[in-house]
Parts: sequence; structure tokens; C-alpha cells
Amino acid sequence: MPHPMPTFGSFSLLLALVLAMYSLLIGAASLWQMATGRSGRIAPERLSETARRAGIMSFAAVSCAAFCLVWAAFTNDYSVAYILHHTNRDLNPAYKFSALWSGQEGSLLLWSWLLAGYGFVLRLRHKVDVRLSAHASAILAGVQVFFLLLLVFAAPPFSIQPGVIPQDGFGLNPLLQYPEMVIHPPMLYLGYVGFTVPFAFALGALIMRYPGEKWIHITRRWTMVTWLFLTCGIFLGAHWAYSVLGWGGYWGWDPVENASLMPWLTGTAFLHSVMMQEKRGMMKSWNVWLIFSTFMLTVLGTLLTRSGIVSSVHAFAQSSIGSWFYGFLIVVFCVCLFVFFRQKDHLKTENKLESIVSRESSFLFNNLILLVACFTVLWGTLFPVLSEYVQGSKATVGAPFYNRVALPIGLFLLFLTGVGPLLAWRSTTLRTIRRNFILPGIATVATAAGLMLAHIRPWEDQSQLYSLMAFSLGAGVTTAILSEFLRGANVVRVQTGKNLFSASLQLIQRNTRRYGGYIVHFGVVVIIIGIAGGAFNQSTEQEVGFGDKIGIGPYELRCQSYTQDSNANYDTEYALLDVFKRGKYVTQLSPEHRFYAASQTNSTIVANRSTLQHDLYVIYEGKNPETGRPIIKVFLNPLIAWIWIGVAIIIFGTFVALAPAIKPALATSRVPAREAIAVGSGD
Amino acid sequence: MRILSQIRVPHVSSLRRGLSHRYFQLGVVLFGMILLMAADDTGTRFNKIGHGMMCVCGCGQILLECNHVGCPDSDRMIGELRTRLASGDGDTPIYNWFASKYGPTVLAAPIRGGFDTVAWVMPVVVFLLATVGTALIVRAWVRRRNNTLTTAEGIVVELPAGEQAKQDAVRERIRRETEY
Repeated sequence: MPHPMPTFGSFSLLLALVLAMYSLLIGAASLWQMATGRSGRIAPERLSETARRAGIMSFAAVSCAAFCLVWAAFTNDYSVAYILHHTNRDLNPAYKFSALWSGQEGSLLLWSWLLAGYGFVLRLRHKVDVRLSAHASAILAGVQVFFLLLLVFAAPPFSIQPGVIPQDGFGLNPLLQYPEMVIHPPMLYLGYVGFTVPFAFALGALIMRYPGEKWIHITRRWTMVTWLFLTCGIFLGAHWAYSVLGWGGYWGWDPVENASLMPWLTGTAFLHSVMMQEKRGMMKSWNVWLIFSTFMLTVLGTLLTRSGIVSSVHAFAQSSIGSWFYGFLIVVFCVCLFVFFRQKDHLKTENKLESIVSRESSFLFNNLILLVACFTVLWGTLFPVLSEYVQGSKATVGAPFYNRVALPIGLFLLFLTGVGPLLAWRSTTLRTIRRNFILPGIATVATAAGLMLAHIRPWEDQSQLYSLMAFSLGAGVTTAILSEFLRGANVVRVQTGKNLFSASLQLIQRNTRRYGGYIVHFGVVVIIIGIAGGAFNQSTEQEVGFGDKIGIGPYELRCQSYTQDSNANYDTEYALLDVFKRGKYVTQLSPEHRFYAASQTNSTIVANRSTLQHDLYVIYEGKNPETGRPIIKVFLNPLIAWIWIGVAIIIFGTFVALAPAIKPALATSRVPAREAIAVGSGD
Repeated sequence: MRILSQIRVPHVSSLRRGLSHRYFQLGVVLFGMILLMAADDTGTRFNKIGHGMMCVCGCGQILLECNHVGCPDSDRMIGELRTRLASGDGDTPIYNWFASKYGPTVLAAPIRGGFDTVAWVMPVVVFLLATVGTALIVRAWVRRRNNTLTTAEGIVVELPAGEQAKQDAVRERIRRETEY
């Protein structure tokens, strides 16, 4: 047997496919038997149990396949075409590992492995609700079957390289040889794939006409964790783009970036609107479609990446698997539609709103804005295809379009972030509005006035106008969150006699969901402030010889020397630049320009001095072919650090929201959904 | 005196309310003015137009942001842009010149008129339709409010007359007790 590991890997995938099919077919059959009261020679409960175990075993099989591919990478087995095209002998071991997701077949294998992993956890935790978990397990197995079919028939990762096997591989794309690339794709995939679980639960609950809202409670943690992974994945990607691509930005509205943003938007809408279902028994159909859409958008995102229908710097070469995704998407949509219309009466809600000025309507409008944002991104992503169909020529839909269309939507969303939590459930009295809105209103106006006094000129430049609005609304929302938090803490302080800090901690412990949510909102505000700083970016570019200076903002960069170096993986040239701030030496930066021999490609390594105020971002662009002098480009990007701080706050807030709440002694038992009217009950 | 007595002196609180309405209106007007004054003029046409076009080398980056090492196109295109600006062309003729030379995909946003306009109009239309639709749904739900109660088992029960007030009082007490 010439290639034992690839053969074993292929066999593992085939075995995983068989197990997933068994889990799907036998699981579905047993559930059908249970639902209709029929029984074969084996009791349906026992059949269902075998399906569950087959699902668990499929995880083991896919894990074996993933291990085989990683093993092949570490042992330089270039008989495997995938390894030949994505690694080389001198590649850092960490990047040999990340080669697992650097190409199409490997990333599909990672996808399948994570899906099987989620299924493994779901099936282990089946006792939370055996019947519902069995439904979800069968649906998840269906999705697994699709991806495993892809891996076995359309994009096999263990294809053998024909002919003479080279002594060394072609290397990994230099852009991917960066620490974040080891964690960004898995994190993003954990988010993408994770939405399959709430989708499976929602579809399962609908199929079995699951009574009540328990499925939402079961999937709440799944959804939040998944949403957190996707958030982290998106921002890790942004940070990677900022740190590696060297164009001074972090988000280019590339179709594949958009593809990750769309499910995030609908997932965020879902996280908000399920509260309406939990508390008021409303929006049941809406929620079901939100999670269906979120899952379908994750599939669409993958389709956009794989099919080549849109031009993207991320997209893989056009391949036949695009049609597989079309087919899968159509099947998923038809199944969702069929089940929805068949069980529509199960989703009847009372739809009783008592006032247009209430928390419920703020949730409705929040959902509306998030979905409009999602539509806008989808529209912009697919417009080039539509344009080609209608006009016969493609149009580019880049940053100028999104900045003009999406920014106002984002600002409106920021406004709702502040307004929503200040409104009471059911209805809000005028007195409450006055009490809750006066401080945030003053903060908003005062910030706007202060910024205009500090020479922000919204009438001169649209980007400055948007920035002013973002800063002002950010101040308003932060004040709203703080005042709401302090009001609650003060009540606890009076009740318990504790100091304000202890009272604050107790307040958070009493209602982790609500205050975790507020912390997440604050994180969003911080991110938006970081983004708003982009209106004041500065940049300069110049040929720099030994001893030459570049000035930007308060900084002056002086060139000390240029150095060349090389190792087995790449040759490098880098500049040593002393940085002075207002005449005082602060640091030395060394932007690099690398040449990777294996892949015959160049890349830039950015040097960045990041402070809370701004980033000094320096790129070695290469040498002027005419003069032979190096070209240095310098950006001064204000407030960028706040974006990453905001993400950290969101992570913290999500963990708080995930923590179980400690019920105070005087807490009453749960009132029926329609009666649940407490302002501060768990949101 | 009789005439004087017929003159209705407005109550102080209504005066205050009127005054606050005026302040609110003034604020809206000022905000609108600021929005209208936000002219789309960066002051540097080079920067604006350069950020309105894509580099054609395939890097997928905005022309002035292309840092593609050894890019065969961006330097030439930037040079062409400077030349067009120096010749006194307006923004649209410059865009048209680039679009005719490099194809419509050189424009970073759909600005050729005709069907391209749909790209800009559609999100606004969807937003307006969705807003109106949501407002109508909310209004319908608010109108549908009636004096019913749902038990823990999910059974809808019609409340007897006078019971609604009691229910509201109980709800208010629950709200107070569980607020924080």
C-alpha cells in the first residue's frame, strides 16, 4: 500500500458518510415511528439511540480524516496533492497545521469536522430533552451528509498527485503565514457551522410541534456561543487584514467579508427577537425564519466563496462544487418552507402590543434595521452579478457604495441600541421617557457641541458628519447604559445596605442576561467609536534614503538603516526607522518586505505602533525600480485600538450573559409569558 | 373688565410645554441644516476620485490604497488621474475616461446612471417599505389589544368587567418588585 495515511483518511471520510447517513435515515425513521405510533421489530426508542451513537461515531471518523491530513502535512507527504499545493518543507509547524484550512478541500474538511464536533456535543447532551435532541440530531446528520458527500465525491482532500512526486511543496500563501491565520478561519467556521445547531433545534421543534418556548432556552447558549465565535472570527479577520495586507484598513467590503457579516446580522436579530418570544409569546414565525435565514446565509456565504460567481480576493478558483451548494441551498429552503407551512398553526401568537412606545416595538425596529442592513450587504454583494445579467457588463460595488448606504443604517442601529433598553415592556409612560432619556439626550447634544468646538466640521465633509454623529450617539448610548446600571445598583444598595460596588456586582449576578447584554452594547459603542476615527486618517508616502525623515501628525520617522536577511522559508528586506513624537524618541519600527521562494511571491509585514489615541502604521512598499530607493508609506489611524478593545468588551459581556443568574430571595415564580411585564427581567 | 375676563390666560405648564415643543422644533431644524450643509466635498479631488476607483491589477483594492508590491497598474493609473485633473476635467468626465479605458469595473461604485441607479435606490426602498410595514403591524397589534388573559396552560380567558383594573394593579406591583 503506497500511501497508507491518505488511504486511511479517505476511508475515514467514507465511513463518516455512512455513519451520518445511518444517523439521518434511521433517526428520521425512528422519529416517524414514534410520531405515528407504529413500531417495527426494534422499538423506535432503541433505533433512535443507535442513530445517536452513529452520529457520535461519525465525529470520530471525521477526526481521523482531519488527523490524517495534518499528519501528511507534518510528514511532508507530497503524494497528497493538497499537501503539495499548500505546504513546503521549511514551513513553520504552526502553519503546516493551518494548511488544513488554507485550501478548498482542507477547509471543507475543517467545516465537516467542526459540524461533527457540534453534533458530538449535541448528542452527548441529549438528556436535556431526548425527543427534541433526536430531531435536531437527525437534521444535523442531514447537513453532515451533504458536506461529507462533497468531501468524498467533489472535493476529496486525499487526492493522490499523479506522476513524479516533487521533493518539496509549492508552499503556503505568504498572506496566510501569520499567527492570526492559525485561529481566524477556525473561529469563523465555529461561528458559521455553529448556527446549524439552533437551526436544527428550530426545525426539529417545528416538525414535532414542540410545546412552549423551551427549545429557545435549550438553544440560547448554543446561539450565543456561536454568535460570539462568529464575532471573534470576523474581527480576527479584520485584525489580520489590518496587520498583514498593509493597505491601512481592516474592512474592504469584499464579498467574502460580507458573506461573514450577513449571518452575523441575522443572528444578532435572532438573539434580540427570541426575547420577545420568551417574554410575550410573540414573533414565533419570525424567529423561526430568522434562524432559518441565518443558517441559509452561512451556506450562501460558502457558496459565494466557492462558486466564483463574485470576484473576491478571498474566493477560491471557480469549481464545480458551487452547483452542489446551489442544490443544497434549494433543498434546505424547500424543506424549511414545507415544514413551516405544514406546521404554521403551531406558531400562532397573540401578537398583542399595548403601545408603540415599548420595548417590544424597539425590538421590532431593531430587527427591521438589522435585516435591512443584511439586505443591503447582500444586495451590494450580488449587484455585480445582476448588473452583468441586465446590462451585459459587471459593475464594481466597493467601499464607496457601502460607506454611503450602510453607514446611516449603522448609525440608526446605534441610536436604537441606546433607546431600546430604556423602554419598558408593554408600554412606556411619558414620565419614564422623560426620566430615562434626559441624561442621554444631554450627553448626545453636549458631545456634538463639544466636538464641533474641537474643530470637527460636519458641514465640510460627509465622513466627519458621520463621525460626529457616531461620537455623539455613542456618548448618549453610554450614558443611557451607565444611568440604567447605576439606577439598578442604587436600588440594590438601598435594599441590601451594601456599598455601590458590591451592589453593582450583585445586580449583575441577579440578572446576568440583561447586564451582560448592556456590556455587549457598550462594546458595540466602543467599536463604532473606533470605526468613526477613520474619518481623520492621514497618510503619506515617500522614498526614504539613509538619514531621511518622514513627518506625519505629531510623529517624525528617521531612517537609520536598511537590512537584508534570509532563512529557508523567505528572504527579507527591512527598514529600521526611529520614531520621534514631538521631538522625543519613542520607539524604533521595522517594516518588512519578504520574498517567499517556494511560492515565488512577495509580501509586506507591517510595523505598527498602537496607542489608545492612534496607530502609527508603517509599510515598506518595496524599491523604486528607477532610483533603487526604498518607498515607505506611513498611516496615522486614530482610535483603531478601540475597535479591538470593543471586541474584548463584547467577549466579556457575552460571558456575563452566559453565566447563570443568582435569583434574589424575593424573586417570584415565573409568570406566564403574556403576564411577564417586568422591565428588568432578564434581557 | 368683561373683555379682559374673556381672555384665556394659558396655564404655566401648557406654556412650558409649548416652549419645549419650540425648542424641539428648533433642534430638528438645526440638525436638518447640519445635514444639508454636509456637502460632499473632501477638498482634495484627487483623493476623492482616487478612492472612487479600483486598481485594475486584480488585487481588489481601491486605487489609492493598492499596496500590491510591484503592481503593474496603480502607478500608471495614478499618473493618468493626475494628468486628467491637471487638464481641468470634471469628476464625471474623469470617471468616464477611466471607465472607457479600463472597463466599468474600474469604478468602485455603480455610478454610470441607468440600471446602476437601482443599486442605490433599492436599499432605501426596502428600508422605507420595511419601516412602513413594521409600523402598520405594530399599529394593528396595538389595536387588537383586548381584555383577555392567557393562563399558564396557554388557554385564553376573557376577563370579566372590572377585572382588568385589578390585573393592571397586580402587573404594576410585579413590575415594581422585579424591576431590579
